[in-house]
Amino acid sequence: MKDPVDVLIIGAGASGAAVAWSLAETKMHILCLEQGGWMNPAEYPSAGRDWEAKFYGEWSSSPNVRGRPEDYPINDDNSPIKVVNYNAVGGSTVMYTAHWPRLHPSDFKVRTLDGIADDWPVDYDALSPFFEENDRIMGTSGLSGDPLSPLTHPPMPQQPMGLSGAIIGKAMNKLGWHWWPSDTTVATMDYEGRARCINLGHCTPACAQGAKSSTDITYWPQAIRAGVELRTHCRVREISTDENGMASGVVYYDKDGVEQFQPAHVVIIACNGVGTPRLLLNSASSRFPNGLANSSGLVGKNLMFHPYAQIYGYVKEPTDSNRAPPTCLWSKQWYDTDPSRGFVRGFGVQFVRGAGPVFEAVVSEQKGILPWGEDHHRVFRKLNGHRLGFSAICEDLPEEHNRVTLDPVLKDSHGIPAPKISYTISENSQKMMDYALARGREILETAGATDICVNSPIPWGGWHLLGTARMGTDPERSVVNEWGRSHDVKNLFIVDGSIFVTSGGVNPTSTIQALALYIADQMKQRLANLFD
Amino acid sequence: MSADNLTRTQRDDLRTIAAMIVPSSDAYKVPGADDPAIQADMLATLGRDTKLVAAALDHLARLAGAPLAELDAARREAVAQEFRKSGGAAAATLARVVLQCYYRDDRVLRSLGIEPRPPFPKGHVLPDGDWSLLDPVKARGGALRRAP
Repeated sequence: MKDPVDVLIIGAGASGAAVAWSLAETKMHILCLEQGGWMNPAEYPSAGRDWEAKFYGEWSSSPNVRGRPEDYPINDDNSPIKVVNYNAVGGSTVMYTAHWPRLHPSDFKVRTLDGIADDWPVDYDALSPFFEENDRIMGTSGLSGDPLSPLTHPPMPQQPMGLSGAIIGKAMNKLGWHWWPSDTTVATMDYEGRARCINLGHCTPACAQGAKSSTDITYWPQAIRAGVELRTHCRVREISTDENGMASGVVYYDKDGVEQFQPAHVVIIACNGVGTPRLLLNSASSRFPNGLANSSGLVGKNLMFHPYAQIYGYVKEPTDSNRAPPTCLWSKQWYDTDPSRGFVRGFGVQFVRGAGPVFEAVVSEQKGILPWGEDHHRVFRKLNGHRLGFSAICEDLPEEHNRVTLDPVLKDSHGIPAPKISYTISENSQKMMDYALARGREILETAGATDICVNSPIPWGGWHLLGTARMGTDPERSVVNEWGRSHDVKNLFIVDGSIFVTSGGVNPTSTIQALALYIADQMKQRLANLFD
Repeated sequence: MSADNLTRTQRDDLRTIAAMIVPSSDAYKVPGADDPAIQADMLATLGRDTKLVAAALDHLARLAGAPLAELDAARREAVAQEFRKSGGAAAATLARVVLQCYYRDDRVLRSLGIEPRPPFPKGHVLPDGDWSLLDPVKARGGALRRAP
């Protein structure tokens, strides 16, 4: 029998790293179990000549395609949007675009402002200091003062505008629409041991330069120095409970595949909006027959993805292609509800600089705009290095039928039941996506683009996994309370995107981490009566 | 599975269809995708794509009824069009394998003005741009939606 730890964190990604770092100052014995391992930047795609091809195989964003031992399969056949993630120390911060907006203050008051969904039990002001702390540790770059975004104070200057940014900016100015350099977690100067960005361009599948922030190179080194123990290649099967209905520890498989039991006084789940409900449902027992922490019946329900409406085209001038981080500018022109548009809520926009030659050839061939045969070379030279993109991140609203359950057949390499996704795009989201595409087309045509193509939704665009263990004050309508503690199991906490009440219209990682730091802070303030 | 699992006929058909996807060009001074070095790269790196590429080549063989190279030009073109239309995920994988090897060939990249190297460690230089373009946005201003 292993000695019990004070705090056991499951998952070493965005939120697990943040909560581990924050709790480290308590000097409690903190252990994190992570199913993946440490990454080796020398093996990252941008360090090799096959850097683009790897994205179609072992560096795919889809765990089903990747199929590494660290990954678990996901049945997403019943969803037009496929789940993408990464499993390692750093989690999906290893593989993300580093686009770094925050939820807006209004996003926490959706019911009050628009009469739909629910308000959050916390507000922007409560999270504000943790956004700032997180930006400092993750190391953000950007330009303070965007009139249509929450005020941020990035410690590094914004990324260069580049060729693509200038074309987009001119088009947006002609239309009189808002645009601004994006906050990102790409270091634009040397920062806390990270080298500045040298425009490798292929940022999403990990940064060989280390300029893109991921928690394996930001939070984790600090947390480990402060005494947190991180055990890799350890996959948790279930959370155990005792006769008092408290979490007693976890059953996991170690790096040799041997089943272990690790007792713990507090368990914190940080497994994302698919992994967390999977674990809770797999932790069903005679005491909790519908899954752990599930007296509300809401574990796994209200899955929100952010359907992406993407449109792109080709201009005569050269664009940045793959020679820069893919995202550079955002727009909040359509972020807030405008009843005249025919839908509620709104969307953020991230503009995309371009693509590399292999990606351009493969995608354009599949879209039917790059021919086979004699004309191939002429057309390819017209397309390659001339692409501009517009992606609308549409706010998904919570709907209980969009959910994560356990697949009755599919299992991971340890025999643990895999998650099954059931998801449809709502009428409101579809109207929003169509509206966004129309605006994107106006922008591209104003920029002089032709050969316009659409991906709506982006099929492999299920990056943002939200809402499946929502927070709230009512135990019948939520899974965790206003500071992340399970209503049912008083020493069980959840800190990842599954606790989102609504999704906003922006990439969520900044808000996920701010929430994790907020919950850790609440725990530290309540240590004397944490389980009351 | 690896490329060793492909038969001689399948390899011949792969070479033929690759040249139909990307033929050589005197005008652009580039080889076709049937170039021996590019073909060797495809076979050496087929890896996890072998199964689908083999399935695509089986489908192609059924459509052609004979080695692709032995068909007359018109018939070969008709078979290729039908393959592209009806080949599904397997045909798409084959086309992707051809293109991902073609567009990393040194000669091809140089013809496009791209230095044949991985992005790391040299990276790229990006113009900072004229940030006065933001002046109209700043002048217009705006306000966040109020949250009560």
